[in-house]
Amino acid sequence: MDPSAAKLIGAGLASIALVGAGVGIGTIFGNYLQGALRNPSAAPSQFANLLLGFALAEATGLFGLVVALIILFVF
Amino acid sequence: MIESYAAEGAEAGGYGAAAAGGMPNPMHQFEIKRLIPFELFGVDASFTNSALFMVIAGCVITLFTVYAMHSRALVPTRIQSVAELSYSFVANMVRDNVGTDGMKYFPFIFTLFMFVLTLNMLGMLPYSFTVTSHIIVTFALAALIFLGVTVIGFWKHGAGFLKFFVPEGVPVVLLPLLVVIEVISYLTRPISLSVRLFANMMAGHTMLKVFGAFVVALGFLGGWAPLAFMVAFTGLEILVAFLQAYVFAILTCIYLNDALHMHH
Repeated sequence: MDPSAAKLIGAGLASIALVGAGVGIGTIFGNYLQGALRNPSAAPSQFANLLLGFALAEATGLFGLVVALIILFVF
Repeated sequence: MIESYAAEGAEAGGYGAAAAGGMPNPMHQFEIKRLIPFELFGVDASFTNSALFMVIAGCVITLFTVYAMHSRALVPTRIQSVAELSYSFVANMVRDNVGTDGMKYFPFIFTLFMFVLTLNMLGMLPYSFTVTSHIIVTFALAALIFLGVTVIGFWKHGAGFLKFFVPEGVPVVLLPLLVVIEVISYLTRPISLSVRLFANMMAGHTMLKVFGAFVVALGFLGGWAPLAFMVAFTGLEILVAFLQAYVFAILTCIYLNDALHMHH
């Protein structure tokens, strides 16, 4: 297989990792909303944890994106 | 041989440069340009656009904090409130995550947070350069934080810091495997810390450039749709700039807490 074609296929496959990011972010925000609707007074205290959890979940998806970019631009 | 790989990579990396009707290359915005070239003992120590924006960030932060606090009013003026807000935000973050004895590291965490925040925000200005979108910059910050925190841990607890990798109440049979896993996950901290910031900044700015090219490419009739998306996405990127600075700082506080008070 032509290396540049393999590169493009590899980059596309590596981007599938972003599915995990989407699922993780949705889970975190969904759980926060569920908790906030049950106990609205406790919601603001957990807002910081919400943002931290969102950033950490997004990070793992972006690691996959970094692999895709490395495949495209370094090799 | 490495040069030919680099040439191939640059060729393939110019996606859209040759094809797709002359669409501009979104990766060109990350290019390092030497503004004042000079060499120090054979090492390239030029003043680059990256260094320029770091200097600008330092000046902006200093001018802002010094000017905002110069009147030292007991009842703060508007701009003094903003400076006090940023101070209390970081102070509460340090106190909640490291404890009151961790407050001696507050100047470092404040500097770190304000520096990363300003660098991220400066990148949102049109035609500017995003310093944190380069892995070497974020890795330098994260590696030094990791080394510093580990040294603090060994300084405070001596060889007993190694007990951090042995969690409480684990059956002795599982210990060898678990300690190895703990050490590996500790060693990946600087990597995840740096790649998180780098990937967010690079991906965000690449997307901004790509959608900006769509706006121009679709012209007057079709260009309003990607333009509306661009407005919303720029708002999101400003949020991400703040959020990534906050996450970088709070993870530093958490790692510092692990070193100072060793419970998992």
